[in-house]
Amino acid sequence: MKRLRTLETSANSSNLIDLLSEEIVFTILDFIDTNPLDRKSFSLVCKSFYITESKHRKNLKPLRQEHLPRILNRYPHVNHLDLSLCPRINDNSLNVISNTCKDSLNSIDLSKSRFFSYNGLMSLALNCKNLVSIDLSNATELRDSAAAAVAEAKNLERLWLGRCKLITDMGIGCIAVGCKKLRLISLKWCISVSDLGVGLIAVKCKEIRSLDLSYLPITNKCLPSILKLQHLEDIVLEGCFGIDDDSLAALKHGCKSMKALDISSCQHISHVGLSSLISGAGSLQQLTLAYTCPVTLALANSLNRLSMLQSVKLDGCAVTSAGLTAIGNWCISLSELSLSKCLGVTDEGLSSLVTKHKDLKKLDITCCRKITGVSIAYITNSCTNLTSLRMESCTLVPSEAFVLIGQRCQFLEELDLTDNEIDDEGLKSISRCSNLSSLKLGICLNISDEGLSYVGMKCSKLTELDLYRSAGITDLGILAISRGCPGLEMINMSYCIDITDRSLISLSKCSRLNTFESRGCPLITSLGLAAIAVGCKQLIKLDIKKCHNIGDAAMLPLAHFSQNLRQITVSYSSVTDLGLLALASISCLQSMTVLHLKGLTPSGLAAAVLACGGLTKVKLHLSFKSLLPQPLFEHLEARGCVFEWRDKEFQAELDPRCYKLQWEDIPQ
Amino acid sequence: MEPNDRLSLDAWANPSSSCNGLPRKMSLENPSFTNFNLQQQEQKWDDTSILNYDIRIEPPFREFNQASESEYLLSSNCNNQPKVLDQEDGQNNEALQTSKFQDWDPRTMLNNLSFLEQKIHHLQDLVHLLVGRKGQVVGGQDQLVTQQQQLITADLTSIIVQLISTAGSLLPSVKHTLSTGTPTGQLGGLLFPPLVGMNCIPQPQHGSGSKAVQTQCATGSKVSDQCNQMDVTGNCGTEQNHSIEEHEMKEEEDADEGENLPPGSYDILQLEKEEILAPHTHFCTICGKGFKRDANLRMHMRGHGDEYKTPAALAKPNKESSSEPVIIKRYSCPFAGCKRNKDHKKFQPLKTILCVKNHYKRTHCDKSYICSRCNTKKFSVMADLKTHEKHCGKDKWLCSCGTTFSRKDKLFGHIALFQGHTPAIPLEETKGPSVSCDKMDGNGASNKAGNINFSFGSNAGSGSGAQNIIEVKEDADDPASYFSPLSFDTCNFGGFHEFPRPPFDDSESSFSFLEAP
Repeated sequence: MKRLRTLETSANSSNLIDLLSEEIVFTILDFIDTNPLDRKSFSLVCKSFYITESKHRKNLKPLRQEHLPRILNRYPHVNHLDLSLCPRINDNSLNVISNTCKDSLNSIDLSKSRFFSYNGLMSLALNCKNLVSIDLSNATELRDSAAAAVAEAKNLERLWLGRCKLITDMGIGCIAVGCKKLRLISLKWCISVSDLGVGLIAVKCKEIRSLDLSYLPITNKCLPSILKLQHLEDIVLEGCFGIDDDSLAALKHGCKSMKALDISSCQHISHVGLSSLISGAGSLQQLTLAYTCPVTLALANSLNRLSMLQSVKLDGCAVTSAGLTAIGNWCISLSELSLSKCLGVTDEGLSSLVTKHKDLKKLDITCCRKITGVSIAYITNSCTNLTSLRMESCTLVPSEAFVLIGQRCQFLEELDLTDNEIDDEGLKSISRCSNLSSLKLGICLNISDEGLSYVGMKCSKLTELDLYRSAGITDLGILAISRGCPGLEMINMSYCIDITDRSLISLSKCSRLNTFESRGCPLITSLGLAAIAVGCKQLIKLDIKKCHNIGDAAMLPLAHFSQNLRQITVSYSSVTDLGLLALASISCLQSMTVLHLKGLTPSGLAAAVLACGGLTKVKLHLSFKSLLPQPLFEHLEARGCVFEWRDKEFQAELDPRCYKLQWEDIPQ
Repeated sequence: MEPNDRLSLDAWANPSSSCNGLPRKMSLENPSFTNFNLQQQEQKWDDTSILNYDIRIEPPFREFNQASESEYLLSSNCNNQPKVLDQEDGQNNEALQTSKFQDWDPRTMLNNLSFLEQKIHHLQDLVHLLVGRKGQVVGGQDQLVTQQQQLITADLTSIIVQLISTAGSLLPSVKHTLSTGTPTGQLGGLLFPPLVGMNCIPQPQHGSGSKAVQTQCATGSKVSDQCNQMDVTGNCGTEQNHSIEEHEMKEEEDADEGENLPPGSYDILQLEKEEILAPHTHFCTICGKGFKRDANLRMHMRGHGDEYKTPAALAKPNKESSSEPVIIKRYSCPFAGCKRNKDHKKFQPLKTILCVKNHYKRTHCDKSYICSRCNTKKFSVMADLKTHEKHCGKDKWLCSCGTTFSRKDKLFGHIALFQGHTPAIPLEETKGPSVSCDKMDGNGASNKAGNINFSFGSNAGSGSGAQNIIEVKEDADDPASYFSPLSFDTCNFGGFHEFPRPPFDDSESSFSFLEAP
């Protein structure tokens, strides 16, 4: 019918798009998702485009709750509503949503919103029968009554209740009885929930796949019933101090479906308990033991026969060479291993491990400060398929070792070399990794423009580049990057003191740039930032702290062009009342850090924060607290804004070349 | 049927009183006689001819009553004053007659014989009457017939006993070596067997344990009801209760035994509703006052004379059992259809009299005790109410079905067990925060905004002031921001809406469900 009409009208018009059926236009629209403004442009072409776009949109992320009734009327087919940009969602808003969306809504995110209560949730649960997913994380003021309201959503499958500290067993009990179809529930930090509530979830919700019980005061009592869940795949018990070896013994009865287990920070777990994993959880694929027991021979042996294991995370555990060697002797080949911040990782242990696990894709050896080039040689020799290598602060690794990485691990996509001895030769070698998308070179004082130019020339897929305090970098290096990496999304050039506006002007060609940090670059001016504002319309996060030469002249174009900006830090810059007020017109802006601005007056600040309706966080100097009237803060807090007060003195910048951490300074 | 019975029983009153009613009257009318009974029996046995007489007739009794060995032993070392008294009632009868022929005297003998003759005549009349009645009572109830039978048997027995005793007085005397208690006990035992058969007492003592006797027992208790109307109340009642207490104690002793007794391995007793509900179970034989506890009765008895003040009289009744194995007794609830009733297919006996009382009151009686604190919970047993009142108000863990729990884990166990039950969140909690929140959202915020507007309108930069006003208006004017939590509350929320039926009381569940349409 619709199609017929379209064909009819197309006979008269010369517009070819009218010939296309709605389905085809929808398919085209599916591809317009990179920049939200593109869709807006599309809908503004003509009435029929406007209607088509309204019908097509399924996901909605509104900026203001005030406009909810109108936008919900405009988009009748929305099924996912992300309210994380609306800090203030009261019961009224939820009422509007539930009465407008009715059964079409199946997912809602309230994780960053406050001011709603059980009334709104009840309306939501009763009117939106198809609601499948609710994110209520951070709703720290919700009580059991709200949980009882959520329990009315009978079709709920996914529920996040992280940090709902006031919800107790009673509320969880209601949810367990009401939401029988739950597949995922996260109770992280719900510190009022104990064994009883969790046990009831396990008894009533038989469909549970994923269970996050981090930091709950649970003990051995509820584990047996949890482990009887037929479909349980993913369980997180991080920081459950009541869990010990006896609890894991319940695993012996078997939890065949379990694929991922996280028992990080459970201090009472030892290899004795873990040995029951073998008999009970044979299909385990991911095991996270961060900050638990020492990785010894006994522990490694107790996990020996987990034949499906793919990923092991041992972050922060004390490690012995014998333990690492024993892990190397496991009959399986891991694809992911994390030894981040493990004490006791030596060349001997690590090399014997990596020679056996040749299929490793991801390796994290952050802060393994004892390893040297020997380990890197072994790693690069055997694990040639590595896609991710994180080796921040491996300070004993000599610069020659990095050449090996580039030579042998050419599939690398993510490389973290923060605080290492890498030099231009290393960078040149690494530039062979043509798939590289994330490169972190923070505090690498030995690199210069030359090395970075190689990266810019060859790593065209680079999206993320961190040059924090790599003071050897100047405009030339950045120029090479901006020329060779058009897909760059994030760049950090903080404290690269030689950077000037030229770099910024060249970076403005990277239209996908969303995060730009250039703290402490004294040479860049408003002109450079204005170029960024004009060129990089998707900018979300901007940090120009201590860029003394940036002033209001940059803020005006920012306010005009960067309509997606959410977070800005303008401390120690030359921005004044005027610039701040201009920024306030950015409707997305949520977080503002405004410290030590010489040209800022209390009334200017008040005007700016009042005008900026979407603010959720403002960081201010303590002196303003007494200069501004209390009702102002109360009003803004009622709108959903949080104030953070700092009373740091004005700091002069240190010499960036003295900054680097010295290995000798760290206590052994 | 009641009035009918009464009629017939009244007609029999005279003949049958020979064993029960008469001596009682005597004891009341003739103080000296009572004196004799009470004092001499205990202290002057040797001097009285009664003793001789008793002892002399002892051997034949023994043969006669061989089966009641246990009872004999029990009563032989009996210090229980009330029991002795009870048995005396029967015995007084004897005493009445024997006192007249203490020494061998043909005249007494003649008296005695003529008395017997008179009695036989009475009995004859009675049987005549019965024969006449049988025609009238169409489809004569079996119970009535058996009762009449039993009464006649009882009368006959007493006649025979008297006949024997009369004959026995002719026999040569026997040495007085036997213990003092024996004769009385013996007499009681002898006199009462047929009689007490109606009162359920001797049944276990006889140790027969046969089913036949048990059924008799059921009807027997009916008879005892009627006996009550025949002035025998005191006797029957106390006798019975006494024995009950004895059983109770014995039951308590072996309460540890497993309850899975094979049927037939124990005796089943069944009390009547009135007996179960009787406020007092121990009655003073002298003034008729009732007591709940035997100990209280014994205390009371002290007021009736010095003889009740002896340590022996005040001591707890000795419950040392005989060397022979005691037959286990279990109790049946008189309520037909109850699982605790012996006719039920899956009969589960009750262990003690106390169990019977509590069971009957809890299950088959109205709940007349209402908790004064919550005014909702009702109980039929006072002790239950007391227990509840101790915890009333402390049960803060509430299920949607209305059941409360004093412990959270018990509530969660309950919820885990039943489908559809859910924890009920207290209403105060649901109302409290929402109201404040609403205020904050609607009025509070806009008020504050108004303030700011006032003080900052001039200072603020050009655009901001206007925008501010708009926002404030939006906050304040939005009618829906005054969304009332209450209206919502009533229609949707409360924790109970999932349960259309009213919250039911857990304890009476079985019956309320049965009666529900």
